[in-house]
Amino acid sequence: MEKINNSSFETKDIEKKSLPSWVFSWESFLLATTILVFCINCLASPYFLDAWSLSDATFNFSEKAIIALPLALVIIVRDIDISVASIIALSSTAMGFTAEVTDSLVLICSAGIIVGTLCGALNGLLITRLNIPAIVVTIGTMSLFRGITYILLGDQALKNYPESFSFFGQGYVAPFIGFEFASFLVIAVLFYILLQKTNFGRRTYAIGNNPTAAYYSGINVAKHKLIIFIMVGFFCSIAAIMLTSRLGSTRPTIALGWELNIITMVVLGGVSILGGSGTIVGVVIAVFLMGLVNSGLGLINVPGIVMSIIIGAMLICVIALPGAFQSLRNKVGK
Amino acid sequence: MKTLLKNREAQLALVILSLLAMIGVIIPDFLAFSNLLGVYTDTSILIILALGQMLVIITRCIDLSIAANVALTGMVVATINSIYPDFPVPVIILIGASFGTMLGMLNGWLVWKMKIPSIVVTLGTMAIFRGAVFLISKGAWINAHQMSASFLEIPRFVFLGLPILGWCSVLVIAAMYYFTRHRQLGRKIYAAGNSPTAAYYIGVDVGKKQFIAFTISGLLAGIASYLWISRYAVAYVDIANGFEMLVIASCVIGGVSIAGGTGTVIGCVLGALFLGIINNALPVIGISPFWQMAISGSVIILAVIANSRSERKAGRIILRKAVQNAS
Repeated sequence: MEKINNSSFETKDIEKKSLPSWVFSWESFLLATTILVFCINCLASPYFLDAWSLSDATFNFSEKAIIALPLALVIIVRDIDISVASIIALSSTAMGFTAEVTDSLVLICSAGIIVGTLCGALNGLLITRLNIPAIVVTIGTMSLFRGITYILLGDQALKNYPESFSFFGQGYVAPFIGFEFASFLVIAVLFYILLQKTNFGRRTYAIGNNPTAAYYSGINVAKHKLIIFIMVGFFCSIAAIMLTSRLGSTRPTIALGWELNIITMVVLGGVSILGGSGTIVGVVIAVFLMGLVNSGLGLINVPGIVMSIIIGAMLICVIALPGAFQSLRNKVGK
Repeated sequence: MKTLLKNREAQLALVILSLLAMIGVIIPDFLAFSNLLGVYTDTSILIILALGQMLVIITRCIDLSIAANVALTGMVVATINSIYPDFPVPVIILIGASFGTMLGMLNGWLVWKMKIPSIVVTLGTMAIFRGAVFLISKGAWINAHQMSASFLEIPRFVFLGLPILGWCSVLVIAAMYYFTRHRQLGRKIYAAGNSPTAAYYIGVDVGKKQFIAFTISGLLAGIASYLWISRYAVAYVDIANGFEMLVIASCVIGGVSIAGGTGTVIGCVLGALFLGIINNALPVIGISPFWQMAISGSVIILAVIANSRSERKAGRIILRKAVQNAS
């Protein structure tokens, strides 16, 4: 939102670098931190370095990570979506009601996917057709989607899921590799190709860098954003399938507060909230970093709400880091 | 008449009156003066918080941590009262107000000095404040019987027909009206949000104005926290959970543009009253409270659509903007 006074960041472009640029990149910094956290975890708990414990840990972040990928695109085009957790809830509700009447996995999953995708499309249409800032729209739809879930469910839970449905959230495709984690890896590769290797990706960066210039160079900004928001809705429903299957039930409070975690993953991954920059590799490393922090804290019995303090502090510190570093260097330079 | 209808506050007032008329047809008792005063008192905390949020939004920021601030400050206030019941209440209120201000200053400082976008800052501090409530309370509740009588009674004391709680919001409205209309600092906050670059060149420190807006928002949250705790006579981790959405909704409905620079105290108050009336009327009409969230969500969306319609500039535009929010 506040784009002034950031000219101080440009000085780094002029500097001569003797080492290859990736050494100083955000991704390598993240990678180093991730390895550090990994080592700390190994020291902190004897149970950490165990194939099953590591495999279990992947279940806790895979669903959020799947949403973080399309959300990175949203943030790159200077928008934001804080309704993602509510989309999961509504999509899960749709699956719950479908499961009440049929045992067909195809029908249950497609009900979730249709509802999730429609939610994303509604966000996208409101933002692009009516030119409303994404943050207000998604604050509204966040209450709306969650509210509809409350209306439909009241305080009850839907748990009439067929036995076979549990595969999506609990199944393994290979020893130690859960279906959720495998899907995340596949989707991450797809997003890497989409963002870094295709025209669509280049347009995404162009819009984020300068929407007006992008518009005048012939990019259909509105359509592009609409597609991205539909994509977020779609992947929310994929995450909803996995989460619902893992928990085995739908409750109105499902995925409550997840938006903080998901946005943290994206921003930690080096995607600037001001738009125009960030990579999928960064987001994937950030996902692993957060997964490691969570599992490490879990193993030493830190309660969930304290974990959220740490995640919140991590978010702020990490974002503040480059700016603080820059101003320190300026002071030393003088 | 025509200019009056174009005025956003007048439109909103009209909508509220027709809403009241509609509710009055179903439940005539709702329109009784004493009940309306009750609805106003009920909305007081929302009004106070919405006015703080308004200042923040005017500077092109957003404060998602405002409800978490209320919860944390509230827990601090309640803890002090439960441990030292003899502590004079005004001192406790002062402690609460300064503690809330401090939390607001923390947000503002991160936005101003660290140049972190406010949405990131307040998403982070939201989680931190909530977590801190848990750390202070260790997850336990502080119930009415652990609080002193004077601590609970003061906001309920009726003065000229309105409880002190209601008077607090009247006072805050008056102060904010004076501040935003007649103080140079208030006007500078508008300038900073309206066009940061222009404000910068006429010598307004935009970051500092954002810091001040967050500080005032924190102060109001600190005051609101005492009112909240004494009103509901209980303090626990999840207090005011999700309330930030209602607060932001009040601003948006009241015509505060998320793009910064616009918004009035009257509009903001009317926006909060609109939500307050809906929330009070729902159970009376016999609609389950489960509907509340969906209704406030729809109202937010409708209000922003109405806002974007009215903000559409007339006349010929040479270089059309690709997106309005490209600020």
